[in-house]
Amino acid sequence: MSKTIDKVMQGFFLLCGLITVGCVCLITFYLIISGIPAVREIGLGKFLFGKVWASTAKEPLYGIMPFILTSVYGTVGAIMIGVPIGFFTAVYLAKFAPGWIKKSVGFVVSLLASIPSVVYGLVGMLVLVPAVRELFQIADGATLFAAMIVLAVMILPSIINVSVTALDAVPKKYEQGALALGATECETCFRVSVPAAKSGIIASVVLGIGRAVGEAMAVMMVSGNVANMPKLFGSVRFLTTAVASEMSYASGLQKQALFSIALVLFVFIMVINFVLRKVTLGGDGAK
Amino acid sequence: MRWETTRNFKQAAWKALMLVSALITCSILVFMIGYVLGQGVKGLSIDFLTTKPSYLTEHIGILPDILNTVYILVVAIAVLLPLGVGAAVYLSEYAKNDKVVRVIDYAADILSGIPSIIYGLVGMLFFCQFLRMETSLLAGALTLVIMNLPTLMRTTRESLLSVAKGLREGGYGLGASKWRVVRSIVIPECLDGMITGCILSAGRILGESAALLFTAGFAHTLHGFFDGITNAGATLTVALYVYAKEQGEFQVAFSIAVILMLLAVIVNMSAEIVKAVFKRKKEG
Repeated sequence: MSKTIDKVMQGFFLLCGLITVGCVCLITFYLIISGIPAVREIGLGKFLFGKVWASTAKEPLYGIMPFILTSVYGTVGAIMIGVPIGFFTAVYLAKFAPGWIKKSVGFVVSLLASIPSVVYGLVGMLVLVPAVRELFQIADGATLFAAMIVLAVMILPSIINVSVTALDAVPKKYEQGALALGATECETCFRVSVPAAKSGIIASVVLGIGRAVGEAMAVMMVSGNVANMPKLFGSVRFLTTAVASEMSYASGLQKQALFSIALVLFVFIMVINFVLRKVTLGGDGAK
Repeated sequence: MRWETTRNFKQAAWKALMLVSALITCSILVFMIGYVLGQGVKGLSIDFLTTKPSYLTEHIGILPDILNTVYILVVAIAVLLPLGVGAAVYLSEYAKNDKVVRVIDYAADILSGIPSIIYGLVGMLFFCQFLRMETSLLAGALTLVIMNLPTLMRTTRESLLSVAKGLREGGYGLGASKWRVVRSIVIPECLDGMITGCILSAGRILGESAALLFTAGFAHTLHGFFDGITNAGATLTVALYVYAKEQGEFQVAFSIAVILMLLAVIVNMSAEIVKAVFKRKKEG
């Protein structure tokens, strides 16, 4: 009797273990199955490199180059703004801040991470967008630039958390050695600790890239959501928001094209995941 | 001497850069909290929290959204808990093949990197259309289960790693079967990982919107639990989005944002408390 129960439970645990694999297969399968037809109908070249997206026009055009470029530019911008701030905050927290500051700023960072993205979107929409409009004297502040800033804020927590963990793991001996040789605190930190924690810091940036590429709701609220080729101070649409904004009313080829966009987004994310895995595993191997 | 001054200057510059960055990070949070509270608190009232919206009187209340959030949270955690803990137990207790462990690990990594909008899309295709659940809270909750699986798996597994080997061997030595050891020794020992995982998942579920738009929908009708989960409904986050973006009701949106931020604080605090309590228990 107890043997059968044992067997049954083993089966149950195996099933649970395999469920993550099953989910990944399911997601990949569904995205490929539903993403391919539209690409086939439109033509891969026309779909990926077409510069005009006019899904509701009489003779619809489905080119997603604007979305791809917007996602790339938006992410690059967010990284350029967010990474320096996150990196220096992380170094400060890991190496210089006294215990209580480290603890309380740590709490602040985890709070930032758990604020829902729609709240970032809401504040961005009502504070950042008007501010951008006033500051740069443009007709509408809902622009790529505003989206970059919101994304930069949203990736801060992952960059700080992962970098702090990596910096904390640097052996104390390295730093003591450098200090004993007469290096100043900062020299030790930036020439010894940071290079030693390199793989973790790079991983945090890649993680941030993944977050920025995949964010939908917050950028939808601040980017203006018009399918233009990207301009820093123009209204733009990301890969994610392209899917979200037309899904509710799309049908036929238009709907299928949205699935194809999701497939493209998925490919992006898989590449980023792959790089992330290589970076983190490579770091472990070096230790 | 000159060399020393440049060195000192550099040192000061680096320090200033770090302090400024840390200040920026903190002030973003302070600003967010301050602004949202300032805009949202005045809209909060008992009436707002306990009534449903009506188009006739143009009255807005968020009781249905609160209930939908609770329903989705309950269903998602109830399904997630056995699956996530089971997966973690399998990895640390049952799996003998290293390759299998690596594949499962990799799959979990992939899952945690997939953006929520893609979960929403696949959830719509699989749960709503293929399994014919229609747009319902149940479909939304199941989508969220897949999304949060890696989180719960990871936290549970971490706490399983700290279970002393001797405890398990003692169990086997007394002639207990594998399941008996897992049930009476391993699972009770990983309670802290389970609870932390559930709290973190709850936090993500409360904040999720993109995955729910097309799976759970955005209705504001009032339902009991069993009616509720088979019908479409907006959670608080989705309601915030709809009120802000589609209807321009910013006051309502900010009031919901206040509630969401409050919940985020509670989630974070309780995660810290759980960590502290169990740490004390393990040491003492």
